[in-house]
Amino acid sequence: MKEKMKIESSVNKIMVCCGTGCTANGARQVLAAFMDRLKDNPDFAVVPVLKATGCNGWCEKGPIVKIMPQDISYCHVKAEDVDEIIEKTLLKGELVKRLLYRDPVKKEFVTSIHQTDFYRKQHKIALRNIGEIDPGSIDDYIERGGYKALEKVLKEMTPDEVIEEILKSGLRGRGGGGFPTGLKWQACKNTPRFPKYIICNGDEGDPGAFMDRSIMEGDPHTIIEGMLICAYVLNAEKGFIYVRDEYDLAVKYLGQAILDARERGFLGENILGSNLCFDIELVRGGGAFVCGEETALIKSIEGYPGEPHDKYVFPTEKGLWGQPTVINNVETWANIPVIILHGAEKFASLGTEGSPGTKVFSLVGKVVNTGLVEVPMGITLREIIYEIGGGVPEGRQFKAVQTGGPSGGCIPASHLDLKVDFDTLTREGSMMGSGGIIVMDDTTCMVEVARYYTNFLAGESCGKCTPCREGIRALVEILTRICKGEGELSDLQLLRDISEVMQEASLCALGRTAPNPVLSTLRFFEDEYIAHIVDKRCPAGVCPALTTFYIDPELCTGCTLCKRNCPVDAIKGEAKKKHEIIEDKCIRCGECYRRCRFKAVKVR
Amino acid sequence: MVKVADEAKMLADIREILDNYPPEERYILAVMQDMQKRFNYLPKAGLRMLAFYVGVPLSRVYAMASFYKAFSLTPKGQYVFRVCDGTACHIKGSETLIEQLYKCLGIRPGETTPDGRFSIETVNCLGACALAPVVVVNDRVYAKVMPGDVEKIIREYGGYAHEGKNED
Repeated sequence: MKEKMKIESSVNKIMVCCGTGCTANGARQVLAAFMDRLKDNPDFAVVPVLKATGCNGWCEKGPIVKIMPQDISYCHVKAEDVDEIIEKTLLKGELVKRLLYRDPVKKEFVTSIHQTDFYRKQHKIALRNIGEIDPGSIDDYIERGGYKALEKVLKEMTPDEVIEEILKSGLRGRGGGGFPTGLKWQACKNTPRFPKYIICNGDEGDPGAFMDRSIMEGDPHTIIEGMLICAYVLNAEKGFIYVRDEYDLAVKYLGQAILDARERGFLGENILGSNLCFDIELVRGGGAFVCGEETALIKSIEGYPGEPHDKYVFPTEKGLWGQPTVINNVETWANIPVIILHGAEKFASLGTEGSPGTKVFSLVGKVVNTGLVEVPMGITLREIIYEIGGGVPEGRQFKAVQTGGPSGGCIPASHLDLKVDFDTLTREGSMMGSGGIIVMDDTTCMVEVARYYTNFLAGESCGKCTPCREGIRALVEILTRICKGEGELSDLQLLRDISEVMQEASLCALGRTAPNPVLSTLRFFEDEYIAHIVDKRCPAGVCPALTTFYIDPELCTGCTLCKRNCPVDAIKGEAKKKHEIIEDKCIRCGECYRRCRFKAVKVR
Repeated sequence: MVKVADEAKMLADIREILDNYPPEERYILAVMQDMQKRFNYLPKAGLRMLAFYVGVPLSRVYAMASFYKAFSLTPKGQYVFRVCDGTACHIKGSETLIEQLYKCLGIRPGETTPDGRFSIETVNCLGACALAPVVVVNDRVYAKVMPGDVEKIIREYGGYAHEGKNED
């Protein structure tokens, strides 16, 4: 295959992914290099358009550079590669083969990322524009049909017809609760008090999840348009977008989008010549996980510590400053314009009966293709992890997948054919949550994972109610004891008892779901707990107090890989001779265990 | 020792931040965020002035400052090591990185070295899970950090001669 692959020569657009993952990998330098080389370049009759886009989702391959209209995608691009891309692809119309994605199974080069297994199974609604537009440009959004849905409701639909359409679509809240969006709007509309408020919940706090961030950074106008449509329904005048302050780029692009929308008359008085008057304010969060809970978030906007309160009365009746309020998650808002524009039937034709449409997941952990994926509901975990995600890397064994954020649960290999939708996952003791999918392999200790999540929640419990505050603390204590090898068999029942009280008696969802990681690991991986307690060993080689690594002399080839990677020089042995671990020096980081290609490093 | 000129400058800076917002309770969070960005912590004088400006007791402002994780009541180091401890980073070994940092710097997350040069923090998730485990020093991102890299990274910032006396 030495002959050159020819491609068409009329180049229009170069799109450099500047999502957080790609930026961390040097995308900004790539962008700057392009800018520098293209500026006043006499070789071009028409200088190509250069765009910095939001996240393409395939962070594993970043920085990604796409060239349109030929639809060529280059992966792992560095600033040094820019000259070659300009020289070969842009000027001569040839492909730079070494930067193309190579299918690991078929060993073929793939010209466009859209033809890869990672993208083929995806169906993009909420992420439809991301990676295709410059998030700083309102014109890019309009060019792809932006603000058309707003125009449609203002000109052709009554507020009741809009609610009817949303109800028909079956859209359920994407933040994790899964409450039907249409019902929420209807309840708020039926509350006869004004002013009414609209809030976008962008306080995404689940570790290992970045769906909402990607939407806020990559397509901020879709959120504004979704909120505007709701404003029309409720006759609301004021909206708030609450976003984590740690999300620098999201804050920047949302702020810009609000200014641009005002300038074009999409926000402000008499929008598009109608009676609708609506404006949006950006509120930056203070880094408290519990503020993702809607009543806590409302408190936070009001200028108080974000402590939730019980929902005898829903925010739709009594929300922000005691007024009727609709609060929806970022991804929910992103779906609204599409449902209005393309119709509820089309949306409902995707997904399952109880959970129509698509869902965005962030697929991370021990999986080959880390990144963001949007798939129809009802897809199985196996399809997501193996067909889209490419399975577990380095020939390791799959152990569990964790869904639903810190309050979700761990699902074992035997349950991989579960359909992913709101109801199925809840039935299995996990939950959909906001969409984090974390893959774990045989080097992940399930007891330690439970301890990690519980410890995370201990720091995030607001402390208002006792079952949550004291319950989580007790769980952490017991789990830490077990990880240190000081656990007793009676601890297992104690964990279950405490969990039950928390589920029954906590004030908000944080406390009620906090025991999920403990209960689900106890249910599916009790043997690991018992190994820690009875045999005083950690089968995954994670808990330092219970782990001793050794090298099996039968399997060691003396390749020196482990020795070179040991951070504390705790491995001795010469090349091509058997190696040995010096126990006193070893810090149990597991680097040798994970790296050894011959599985010669073992856990005792 | 804070010099008089420094203190005057700080007060002027606080004033400037306050002037950007109307004196309403709902802007307490925003003002504190701006202060944290400007000073790297919330100075006592700033909280006092904020409480007075909005017309609430100091305790009310303090409740906010201690509730939200983004704020610090003591000055942070010149170089802040933020170790991501999101799930993806955690199962790829962020805990070991925190241990290594402790060995090199003698401090735990939330602490600052006595000379005021280094601080360590953990963050829940930076959303860069493909690069796990991730460490961010001020604005620079270090991807796929291995325990052995920790010392090298510290050396980039002038190194630190910790005697290792704090072993527990």
